[in-house]
Amino acid sequence: MTKIRPFSHLLILFCLSALLTGCFNQKNSAEKAAEEGMLIVGNGNEPKALDPHLVSGVVESNVLRALFEGLCIEHPSDDSIALPGAAESWEANDNFTIWTFHLNPMGTWSDGVPVTAQDFVFAYERILHPDFPSEYASMLYFIKNAESFNKGEVKDFSEVGVKALAEFKVEITLKSPTPFLPEITKHFTWLPVPKHKILEFGEQTEPHTAWTYAENLVSNGAFRLKKWRKNHYIEVEKNPHYWDETKLKLNGIRFIPTKNINTEARMFLNGQLHVTYQMPPDLIPTANEDYSGETRQELYIGTRFVRANVKREFTGKREVRQALSLCLDRQSLIDNVLQGGQKVAGSVTPPFGSYKPKFKTEFNPKKAKELLKLAGYDDATSLPEISLLTTDSGMRTAEAMQALWREHLGLRVRIIQREWKSYLEMRKNLEFDLMEGGWVGDYLDPTTFLDLWIESNGNNNTGWGDPAYEALLNEAELIQDQTARYEKLIQAESYVMGALPAIPVYHYTTNYFISPLVKNWHPLLLNNHPYKFIELATE
Amino acid sequence: MIKAILSRIAQTALVVFLLVTICFFIVHALPGNPFEGEKAVSDVVIQKMEESFGLDKSKPVQLLNYWSNLFLTGDMGMSMNFKGTPVSTILGQSFPISFQLGLVAMIFGCGIGMPLGIIAALYKNKFPDYLAMIVAMAGICLPAFVIGPLLQLFVAKPIPFLNIAGWMQPQDILLPALTLGFGVAAYIARLMRGGMLEVLGQDYIRTARAKGVTTSDIIFKHALRPAISPAITYLGPAFAAVMTGSFIVETIFQIPGMGQHFIDAVIAKDIFLILGLVLFYGILMGLANLAVDILLLFLNPRLRA
Repeated sequence: MTKIRPFSHLLILFCLSALLTGCFNQKNSAEKAAEEGMLIVGNGNEPKALDPHLVSGVVESNVLRALFEGLCIEHPSDDSIALPGAAESWEANDNFTIWTFHLNPMGTWSDGVPVTAQDFVFAYERILHPDFPSEYASMLYFIKNAESFNKGEVKDFSEVGVKALAEFKVEITLKSPTPFLPEITKHFTWLPVPKHKILEFGEQTEPHTAWTYAENLVSNGAFRLKKWRKNHYIEVEKNPHYWDETKLKLNGIRFIPTKNINTEARMFLNGQLHVTYQMPPDLIPTANEDYSGETRQELYIGTRFVRANVKREFTGKREVRQALSLCLDRQSLIDNVLQGGQKVAGSVTPPFGSYKPKFKTEFNPKKAKELLKLAGYDDATSLPEISLLTTDSGMRTAEAMQALWREHLGLRVRIIQREWKSYLEMRKNLEFDLMEGGWVGDYLDPTTFLDLWIESNGNNNTGWGDPAYEALLNEAELIQDQTARYEKLIQAESYVMGALPAIPVYHYTTNYFISPLVKNWHPLLLNNHPYKFIELATE
Repeated sequence: MIKAILSRIAQTALVVFLLVTICFFIVHALPGNPFEGEKAVSDVVIQKMEESFGLDKSKPVQLLNYWSNLFLTGDMGMSMNFKGTPVSTILGQSFPISFQLGLVAMIFGCGIGMPLGIIAALYKNKFPDYLAMIVAMAGICLPAFVIGPLLQLFVAKPIPFLNIAGWMQPQDILLPALTLGFGVAAYIARLMRGGMLEVLGQDYIRTARAKGVTTSDIIFKHALRPAISPAITYLGPAFAAVMTGSFIVETIFQIPGMGQHFIDAVIAKDIFLILGLVLFYGILMGLANLAVDILLLFLNPRLRA
């Protein structure tokens, strides 16, 4: 017989080299990267594009925030503050309908070309242009005539409320008073794009040109794109042309598209990441105990809810929807199923700042049964079987709710789990009785949630609409005083919660790991961390 | 032989053509719209998107456009999910990585599987046979999503120079290749054992033993070549499958390979990317099978007749 001794020699050599490498190489990747000023961030998935006008997701927004800078930028620890970005100052008229932004004359694109008012006008015309397939142009509908131009009703862009008054002066005229406009301008849809580069690679309204390729992309933010390898990583480096470059603490950021949440957690715990995108739900209780110094659980401005299809007979009855809501033991669902420190949702809009919705959901199965009787369903046998549409990520919550409704009402709920695109299609076509869904706020204002329930809003997806509700929102839109405006919006919130087209379940939290080496990464409701202020400790 | 090879190439071309064409219709029949997103997209935007990708035309015209673009300009179209990225760029970036990983996985697979199979055959129904077959059975039964995390936790974590996941340093290839290669090794071991047992029972082997030929000479000079045929037949398609990546291994080990596109593209209903992948996979599978046929001709003179 041949002996297999050479293999054992190899094995010993392998182990020895491993040990030796271990002895000489004590620092892990995250520590080494920290010494180089390189932040390594788990970013959940591969961005679909880096053109701010073509994307609508969080993953893309995280990279765009490093590359581009809007008129205003995020404050590192307070979402409600807008800091000077491309604009060094701004002012509004008395009723907050005309805003003038004074651009920083030092602002340049990463190729050294100055950022001018024309870049902003060009950008807003591009995203709103009826020939350009932007998914998220509606974020600019605050601007006068923006919606009409986007829908092709107004042909001439000069009628839209965006003007370059001078080389470094942009005037924005709004359709109604918006005291919080500077906060809106932080959103990625409001970012400028380099006119000279876009036109070099195609026409203004051409959607898929080469301007965003790694070798072509120029940006005006704190960082510029260095490398973009699909599904591998995106690396950005300090932008030497950035107006505030001397204040930057990081030399670069590497975004890793960590699709597998368990791998991401293992990578973090092995010192390969500084910040994770999320945390596996099963790991949250253990992580809170064993890695308390590296675990974060923060409120996030978003709500999980169950949409009811009001066009269907059973779920079309308000008493039924209220009964369904009354049977949801939300705290138990959070404690036993989700375990991520989520908050019981009293209404669809989460409370924040001085906005405190009055409507509160409750758990009261007895009252639920009475409401069902009132709706004409005397006992469980008279109840129809209904469907609950969800995706794989919502299965745990869906199953828990299915059990709660069965237990308290005797209602039979059939869960329909679909992959993402089918789910979206069924949602759009109202092919469900109940549907598990959610919404994350784009900016810190209740309207980001309340506008959902406007009948013509594409994200409504319940079939519900009420002119009285929309009248309340319209009234609020004209109020300049923030307190009075919030009161009106709270009134609208109570109105829609009374009708309950969507049953609020819980408010989101973000659970993630963060290395103690990362400094200045504060809890933010919108979870949009400005990388400009982030620092990495070396020890 | 040249004639046979040419005819196989023609057959492969026909199969790939039919594969992509059938796939084209299947993809279009999938539910959902590639341009729908979490936030509502207006019908006008969807229409504009469809126009920019040529989806507003009738299906036969679309198919004709696809083939004519492919043949005339080599254009495989643009990805709809990775907006504006040509399919060729995606394949061009991800295939070399899957190829490297697949190659090392195949080396692991053959390096572990063949000796295991040979040892098992030599010690038939004895302890080494049982042990080898237990390992082989484990390789077949244990899915990558079990082996991968186990390797991450019990191999990568204690060894400082190995990363849990990622594709940043040369040694990052080891664990995913081992995970991917383990399943291949298991099949090869079983096929090798079977082939070897059959050959070892032949008269000419008995004659060789009677003449006093050493065991190693019997194995390597007389038995291995005929015994390896079943494993080679399996290796061709396995090679093509391993080279085009694995969704599970790639997501567990954070590898920017091709395998994840096979799943992600279908979920995103990324029509051109799906077609590009099917085309590529079809060609690769055809070539791998062709290579196997040629290799078998060399290994087995009786087939040349």
